[in-house]
Amino acid sequence: MNELLLEYLPILVFFIIAIIMAAIFVLLPILVVKQKPDAEKLSAYECGFEAFTDMRKQFDVRFYLVAILFIIFDLEVAFLFPWAIALGNIGMFGFVSMMIFLGVLTVGFIYEWKKGALEWE
Amino acid sequence: MGKYLDIFVGWFGYRLDDWALLTFGTILNILVVVLPVLLAVAMIVWVDRKVWAAIHLRKGPNIVGPFGLLQSFADGLKVFLKETIIPAGANKFLFLLAPALSLIFGLVGWAVIPFGEGVVISDLNVGILYLFAVSSLAVYGIIIAGWASNSRYAFLGAMRSAAQMVSYEVSIGFVLVCVLMCVGSLNLTDVVLAQKNVLFGVNGYFFSGLFPMFIIFFISALAETNRTPFDLPEAEEEIVAGFQIEYSSMSMALFYLGEYANIILMCGMMSILFFGGWLPPFDWEPLYAVPGVIWLFTKMFFFFFCFAWVKMTVPRYRYDQLMRLGWKVFLPISLVWVVLTSGYLVFFGRLAS
Repeated sequence: MNELLLEYLPILVFFIIAIIMAAIFVLLPILVVKQKPDAEKLSAYECGFEAFTDMRKQFDVRFYLVAILFIIFDLEVAFLFPWAIALGNIGMFGFVSMMIFLGVLTVGFIYEWKKGALEWE
Repeated sequence: MGKYLDIFVGWFGYRLDDWALLTFGTILNILVVVLPVLLAVAMIVWVDRKVWAAIHLRKGPNIVGPFGLLQSFADGLKVFLKETIIPAGANKFLFLLAPALSLIFGLVGWAVIPFGEGVVISDLNVGILYLFAVSSLAVYGIIIAGWASNSRYAFLGAMRSAAQMVSYEVSIGFVLVCVLMCVGSLNLTDVVLAQKNVLFGVNGYFFSGLFPMFIIFFISALAETNRTPFDLPEAEEEIVAGFQIEYSSMSMALFYLGEYANIILMCGMMSILFFGGWLPPFDWEPLYAVPGVIWLFTKMFFFFFCFAWVKMTVPRYRYDQLMRLGWKVFLPISLVWVVLTSGYLVFFGRLAS
């Protein structure tokens, strides 16, 4: 337990150092360099005219679909990681069970493909 | 190790000298890695521009310092002295957080990269999983930037980038699974050591049945780091500069720092996963006289050269082509390869247990 925690301590310290460095990089120019904001400078870039609407309103649903597909397959990868490590110990039974699981997912994948969820025209 | 163990035994009654020593040593270790990485980013940008210039038959940066070596530092100084513009409609906190996240996630992956046997900041037993997690987090910097800017182009760029990065991450995941089935461990040092003398005295998996997976990993790494031919998030002709359009000064430079740190990290991952990391290319005794770090850096530099080469020779993909390649080509191939590799390992009894 202690050994295990000790391996993660450098990562915690690394995160802290990275955060400090990033904060310095972002904040130092704001504090040191002279800021002269005006209304035109602070407006959003929009090819010369004022932005019509707030930009965070709507986006193509296919981005959402991609995100859902990603969650499914990333979860699959998350299952595969421990399976791949333990494959030497679980032998044929583990192999066959995972192949059945992958088969089910492949059926789902083929369904998505046929339904056109992967099409971007 | 032993003397540090009792630090955690009584969390509140720890001995300060050990605790301080451990933390100080760790900080020193980390700085020894982080500062060269930042320096490497500055130099690699210069290399990048030199390679592009050579392909264009130009000279590239050659004014600042010998051979223009100091160009990146001059650029950095100039960018630093610029005004930081925060758009009126932006969410100020998130707007400044995004570039910081981009740099942080570009750097922290280096915590588990082994530069030699035992030369690593944290020899995690789940090293690959950690790298996979950190490289997935990189998408946060971009999508937060796009959302916080409150600009049409930034938002579109961020959506594109997020969709693209998650699409290619799936195939990267399957590629990693293939590698670690052959290794039987998630530890990166084990990954390198397992590649010793794979076949006919060659060190590295690139020579084995995993070579197609290396190709997929390389192309997915291009997509993960938003490099050409997959630089849709910053397509200048369509969405100007994508997610970083509203950024100026050091905030903008941080995206580049993070991006290049990520690119070098990807090059490091390729060297470690497929080309034997710090091992020399052939299992031949005199080659081991050269320090392992040199071999690792040579391999990483070679892959970086390939990145720059690809950028100058390949035209940009259209978005539907990009998604088709990710989901309809790479995903099925890598999935089939996972099945083939595991089948081979199980039926031929080659599993490392």
